[in-house]
Amino acid sequence: MASAPADTAQSDSDTFRAEVRQWLEANFPASLKGNDNSLSSVEGPTDESADEKAWREAVGAKGWGTPTWPKEYGGGGLSREQAKILNQEMSRAQAYNPIGGMGVMMFGPTLLEYGSEAQKKEHIPPITRGEIRWCQGYSEPNAGSDLANIQTFGEDKGDHYVVNGQKTWTSGGQWADKCFALVRTDKSHKHEGISFMLIDMDAEGVDVKPIRMISGMSPFCETFFTNVKVPKENLVGKEGQGWTIGKRLLQHERTNLSGGGSAIRMPSMPLHAMAKTYVGVNDNGELDDGELRTKISDFEMQWRSFLGTAMRVQAEAKTTGGVSEVSSILKKVGTKLGQQRAELMIEIMGMKGLGWEGEGFSDEELRSTRTWLFGKATTIYGGSTEVQNNIISKRILGMLDHQ
Amino acid sequence: MAILSEEQTMLRDMAREWTKKENPVGAFRKVRDEKLDAGYEPAVYAQMAEMGWAGVIIPEEQGGSDFGYMSLGLVLEETGRSLTASPLLASALGAASALILGGSDDQKSHWLPKIASGEIVGTLAVDEGPRHNPAKTEVSVSGGKLSGTKTFVPEGMSAGLFIVSAADGVYLVDGADGGVSRSDRSMVDQRGWAEVTFDGAAAQKLEGGGDDLLDQILDRARIGAAAEMLGMASQAFDVTLAYLKQRVQFNQVLSSFQALQHRMADLFGEIELMRSAVENGLTALDDKRGDIAMAASQAKAVANDAIHHMSKEAVQLHGGIGMTDEYDIGFYLKRARTLEQLWGSSAFHRERFARLNDY
Ligand SMILES: Cc1cc2nc3c(=O)[nH]c(=O)nc-3n(C[C@H](O)[C@H](O)[C@H](O)COP(=O)(O)OP(=O)(O)OC[C@H]3O[C@@H](n4cnc5c(N)ncnc54)[C@H](O)[C@@H]3O)c2cc1C
Repeated sequence: MASAPADTAQSDSDTFRAEVRQWLEANFPASLKGNDNSLSSVEGPTDESADEKAWREAVGAKGWGTPTWPKEYGGGGLSREQAKILNQEMSRAQAYNPIGGMGVMMFGPTLLEYGSEAQKKEHIPPITRGEIRWCQGYSEPNAGSDLANIQTFGEDKGDHYVVNGQKTWTSGGQWADKCFALVRTDKSHKHEGISFMLIDMDAEGVDVKPIRMISGMSPFCETFFTNVKVPKENLVGKEGQGWTIGKRLLQHERTNLSGGGSAIRMPSMPLHAMAKTYVGVNDNGELDDGELRTKISDFEMQWRSFLGTAMRVQAEAKTTGGVSEVSSILKKVGTKLGQQRAELMIEIMGMKGLGWEGEGFSDEELRSTRTWLFGKATTIYGGSTEVQNNIISKRILGMLDHQ
Repeated sequence: MAILSEEQTMLRDMAREWTKKENPVGAFRKVRDEKLDAGYEPAVYAQMAEMGWAGVIIPEEQGGSDFGYMSLGLVLEETGRSLTASPLLASALGAASALILGGSDDQKSHWLPKIASGEIVGTLAVDEGPRHNPAKTEVSVSGGKLSGTKTFVPEGMSAGLFIVSAADGVYLVDGADGGVSRSDRSMVDQRGWAEVTFDGAAAQKLEGGGDDLLDQILDRARIGAAAEMLGMASQAFDVTLAYLKQRVQFNQVLSSFQALQHRMADLFGEIELMRSAVENGLTALDDKRGDIAMAASQAKAVANDAIHHMSKEAVQLHGGIGMTDEYDIGFYLKRARTLEQLWGSSAFHRERFARLNDY
């Protein structure tokens, strides 16, 4: 596209902003102000209220839940600039994006890149409307960090595969309609023997067993495949291309987990303000716990530096057109800071930050305990911190692998 | 490891045997799942008392064995390893210390035998907010009647004796008194925490022990808590090390990765320092040294930090299974945090240590 003179571009964005604002006014139900959708993947589906349903359908019809995806598959067809404006206006109206999950975060973008025309037509539109839940069938009991070690096997039966094996830690598996899975189709090659398949969760032979987490919730499952028939139309890319496609998907996952997406948001109240209410201040107005005071200021400085880095990475990507090497640190740093914040919350709230349920704690305090516990997973999933460090030291810093 | 007497070695081995056989971590799971009111199984504590553990620091004439704090620390370390839910720390160490330090002969001969036999559970009711702050108390006593509210009282649901701090001293309140009411607090470690309200409950002052009686009592409790944490950290370390030696990824055991080897080497060092700090505290108590306050703050702060780090690493190094409820390691993380807060966070004790050393 030829670049328009700056003032035209400016007036275009103003027009678009006005359009968005007007549309939000007409379509966003006031009753949902301030709600968000961020825990829905962890807590599973809740009954949708009439307003919630109307809001999801309105956003879905517009394609604005997946604003930059192509219009022909139900996306918004917006430019990045327009998507940013949409996002700003949503926050301004205290609205939220009701369309999310793994379909939006990682599977959709991957299928748009690698899927056949028929696959895109079939699978993308329901994701843009928030109608179909996807889950990720990657990990197995013996394939975690060493993901390429997967053993789930798909036997070629002409027009279909017969899949047998076990996946584990399948987030949302018990609520999902479909699963994108890594399946071995060739036992003689570790990486080149893997294929990327789409499996119906209600197909015969698919069983899920929820696993309870230390936070008390059961957001993931063991998933068992016993002679599951998978038609060949559900093979994405070519047989044996699964590792390449699967890794591409992981890049989308990590971008979302590192703070590029909504996974890390500053909660409404900054730590120092919370601390003032729980800890109190001395005569000089300083937090009445010197060590905690400097720990919080350390955190707040680190956090700003992290956000600065994330923004710098984005800006650099825009000017150079490529992904900067610095982006490799975002997931591990962002998740570490998130965990540090949760531990600081406990130091601030003391015993009130360790409530489990029942009397004596506010909802916010109880939520904080569960968030702290669930947060321990963020440095394990989506490529653990150790795996990120291996990638950084070997691929980016060129440090020799002598083990 | 401190040099132990023959009796101490026997006591420790017995505790180790018993926790392994009779009360492994699985027993705590049962307490948790059945949501027992007390936060422990009374029959289990009765067994422990029968073996003499509730009377380790109590003089012989009051039904104890007068074995000293190091000995009780050894038992607490073992029950920490197995996460045995019991009021041993609050009662046999906390409340017993209060009576030994500040009780009159009558008070001692009335309460100590009951604590030693396990017939009654005693506990410390000190804090009046979510953060440890013994200097701040609004509990008041007039005409022998005590009123006010204490928060996050360990074993507060089952206690038959409360050692209560008030502005002008430390008091005994009988748990059976009509003026005592308790409300269960469900905490992440699923033990018997309670908010306890005293409404004109009959109270007897602990007249002995001097002006800093409360500090002396708390210091004993802090060192005891540090001993429990030491056991927890050691166990979390052992379990994690064993797991790394067995889990295979990339065709090799995880323990062969240098990045993880160094992490374990660091933790090993931290836990050794933790042990020295705990043993120093226990010895200071048995030797009635002059630096007990300092030793207590050192033990609690060093123990807090070591278990904090160890419990985080334990979950991380287990990967996905570390996040599951089915696996025990998460219990160590949860119990670690309540003990870190109980009777003083690291920040509290570092600040106090500086003050005690005049800087
Ligand atoms: C809450 C949660 C949700 C999840 N959701 C999904 C999902 O939806 N779908 C899915 O497929 N998977 C999912 N996972 C699985 C996740 O991707 C794996 O847990 C992760 O890949 C780690 O594998 P593992 O658990 O087998 O740990 P392991 O690979 O056994 O690792 C154990 C420890 O060793 C470290 N380690 C491993 N290799 C090395 C090395 N070479 N050098 C240094 N350290 C190393 C790890 O970093 C970790 O600390 C989820 C996990 C969690 C906790």
